[in-house]
Amino acid sequence: MATRPEVGPEVLGMAPEGEAERIAQQTPSADGQPRGTARQVLEDLRGSIPEHLLLTDPAQLTTYECDGLAAYRVTPALVVLADTAEQVAATVRSCATHRVPFVARGSGTGLSGGALPHAEGVLVVTSRLRTLHEVRPQDQRAVVDTGVINLQVSKAAGPVGYYFAPDPSSQQICSVGGNVAENSGGAHCLKYGFTSGHVLSLDLVTPTGAEVTIGTEAPDAPGYDLVGAFVGSEGTLGIATRAVVRLTRLPEEVRTVLAGFETTDQAGAATSAIIAAGIVPAAIEIMDALAIEAAEAAVSCGYPQGAGAVLVVELDGAAQEVAHEYAAVEAICQQEGCFEFRMATDATERAEIWKGRKSAFAAVGRISPDYIVQDGVVPRTSLPAVLRRMSEISAERGVRVANVFHAGDGNLHPLVLFDASEEGATKRAEEVSGMILDLCIEHGGSITGEHGVGSDKARYMPRMFTDDDLDTMQLVRCAFDPDGIANPGKIYPTPRLCGERPRVRQGAHPMTGDGVEVF
Amino acid sequence: MTAQELLSSACEVSEAGPADAVDGTLPQVVARPRSTEETSALLRACHDAGLAVVVRGHGSKLAWGRPPERLDVVLDTTGMDALVEHSRGDLIATAGAGMPLARLQERLAEGGHQLVVDDLVGGGPGSTLGGAVAVNLSGPRRMWTGAVRDLVIGVRLVRADGTVAKAGGKVVKNVAGYDLSKLMTGSFGTLAVITEVTVRLHPVPEADRWVGTSVEPERLAAVLTEVVHSQEVPHAVEVRVRPGAPPAVVTMLSGTEAGVSARAEALRGQLAALGCEAKVHDVAPPWWGVLLHPGQVGGTQRPEGSRPVLLKVSARLSGVPELLAQVAGVEGTGNGSAGAGVLYVTLPADERAGAKVEVLRGTATQLGGSAVVLDAPPELKADLDVWGPVPAIDLMRRVKDEFDPTRVLAPGRFVGGL
Repeated sequence: MATRPEVGPEVLGMAPEGEAERIAQQTPSADGQPRGTARQVLEDLRGSIPEHLLLTDPAQLTTYECDGLAAYRVTPALVVLADTAEQVAATVRSCATHRVPFVARGSGTGLSGGALPHAEGVLVVTSRLRTLHEVRPQDQRAVVDTGVINLQVSKAAGPVGYYFAPDPSSQQICSVGGNVAENSGGAHCLKYGFTSGHVLSLDLVTPTGAEVTIGTEAPDAPGYDLVGAFVGSEGTLGIATRAVVRLTRLPEEVRTVLAGFETTDQAGAATSAIIAAGIVPAAIEIMDALAIEAAEAAVSCGYPQGAGAVLVVELDGAAQEVAHEYAAVEAICQQEGCFEFRMATDATERAEIWKGRKSAFAAVGRISPDYIVQDGVVPRTSLPAVLRRMSEISAERGVRVANVFHAGDGNLHPLVLFDASEEGATKRAEEVSGMILDLCIEHGGSITGEHGVGSDKARYMPRMFTDDDLDTMQLVRCAFDPDGIANPGKIYPTPRLCGERPRVRQGAHPMTGDGVEVF
Repeated sequence: MTAQELLSSACEVSEAGPADAVDGTLPQVVARPRSTEETSALLRACHDAGLAVVVRGHGSKLAWGRPPERLDVVLDTTGMDALVEHSRGDLIATAGAGMPLARLQERLAEGGHQLVVDDLVGGGPGSTLGGAVAVNLSGPRRMWTGAVRDLVIGVRLVRADGTVAKAGGKVVKNVAGYDLSKLMTGSFGTLAVITEVTVRLHPVPEADRWVGTSVEPERLAAVLTEVVHSQEVPHAVEVRVRPGAPPAVVTMLSGTEAGVSARAEALRGQLAALGCEAKVHDVAPPWWGVLLHPGQVGGTQRPEGSRPVLLKVSARLSGVPELLAQVAGVEGTGNGSAGAGVLYVTLPADERAGAKVEVLRGTATQLGGSAVVLDAPPELKADLDVWGPVPAIDLMRRVKDEFDPTRVLAPGRFVGGL
């Protein structure tokens, strides 16, 4: 993918000696006080954190210059590989003391640049916090460190009849901490809800360096729902080091259906008819012809030949109900013109069907040198109109768009294909990508359903929210992070100064001038 | 200038009477805004004048929590009761905060939908949507769909200073910005005034069945394990304990007509294998999903003139039998969701109530949960630690300071005297 120069601030790193400090000292923090430097943090941590966990070598630092969104690259000034929550806390405490920005990073699979480092800041890597403390089926809970891989939770809970329901497509590599930060749910949100509904309690290091537990193992902890506010906050409210998550009972029966249609309209109509029949499947996914082509090229998933769209429907629950719903879904698909209908009865066949869907993003690389993975949401009923408009935009601009979406909840993942070596192609792709988001907003949807806002979409936030909406969100930020050091520049285009009182803002916003923060 | 003169340009304002007292504290006026704009104008005026505001829907939970430290204005939301949108294909609805839950359910049922919130307040006009959200009220079927906090996908709110903001939206999947809807849910009106709520809906199942049994206390743990962890997909598992009677366990199954009958039968069989006789019913028992009160036949109605101590007690799932034993041990009456780990307990309001609360709290905390006194007679409440220990109270205090720095919204009512 092409880089976007406007977001690539000068890489300061740790060298040359003195230079980073000089520039950083000129960078005021939110209240105009001078910021310290990552070097000071490094000095603080020497002795308490083993040397090999503190990365300062430029070559090593470069490894961490981006997350799953490689369009944005910034080399951090210091990387701390934390082995323990105490090390995370020591790092953040030092950052708080010196007012140095820090960014948390788990497995680095995020697709919105949420873990993009800060050039003058510290990148705190939590992926070594990999202890899966407990699986307690009797309580329907698992206690995990946040570097634990999503799928490992289900693998550990499976033998005792449980699983962790949130399952982003990256679940084989993404961490629970990343799921918490991005509220990334995956295909099964339709029936089982977001990650947010599956997190009961979190151990946090707040941006002031305090170690705090929010929530309890039981539901409805007294007080404000800080867990609800924290999940999806994209690293701007602190770093979670340990989570108590809800486990879901494995269903008695699962049937996964693959239905081939000639058009996406037919697949969309079948989706609407399934929902209208009062059926809430575990997942309903649609892939269009281009996405199918990509998946076939990559993993030979054997989807129906010549399909203009495929629908993947997963039904789960008590066997009696699943059988009934299956019959209804089959009838609906036939009625809407499906020409091939398959059912997976065992785990292997089910994995076959899901293979194409779950590999779709990466697979697109096989049919296009570059692509942008977009993530927007529209009300399900707007899907036909939005899809039509998207294909018009695609034709008008001469940019191919492959579509994969969680049809059940209207979460689109258009893949905007381009070839960066072709003049103007990158710009056109970015324009199309932006137009799709505008389309989502226009239809009352959202600019992100699971990937987050991150670095990539902060500039779209004002299109979806008013200044007052954003200002209200900033109140939460100020409560957690009064110095604005936790993942600054993400989500919000213009952070608010925390010392000020509402409605007394005067003059130009200090953080928007002089290139202090780059959004 | 009186409060009435000061506020009457914002919305309909009337002088308060004794019935408008909030847990014994009398306001000067009752204001009844009919829109978000009127609410904004009202709050701006209150904020500027430093008038303290408590929000009221139908008032059924107004005495929960601590009495407000000071009170000038009761903000009555019942003027904002429109169903703004019911998008059937999207399974979402948007309604005014003052919309009665019962009326909302009637309207949604026309489209075959429901908001899966069980209104625990039996009798009277029931809860408003805003009231249910403000206290995160959840009954038996939370086991199926989660609590209110899991069903609210967007709110329109008015901040203490009158600023209007929205959070979330009208699509189920949406992670843009902080999820303020969750922060507002359960905040007892101390952060902002919610004027409009967008919720996620579920289809009304074709049929429901209840599989009920009474259990010897020593077998309770085994029975609960069987039903809570069943693959027959229970939509609710409720237990009831009261002095002098064995605990009752009732499991609700919902789905297709053919499916539920078979599942209910299967569950009955599983219980029989444990040596436990269960019956399948087409209707819920009378105590299902309502707050219980001691001293009355059936226990679902509050005895005339009495005000028992009402607690919300929680524990990890495996701790529920121990918690129930403790409830029985303090001669309490309790019912609640064994499938979620949340029980509502009532105790007679006598001189031993304070000690009993401490016993229950000790057990609940040890079992990973908490014990909150929702309601009690004023003289008892004054002596009780109503909210108990609250994790991360310092962070909560900072959240309150940001949203309501001058403490005009329900001051003192919530945790830590916020």
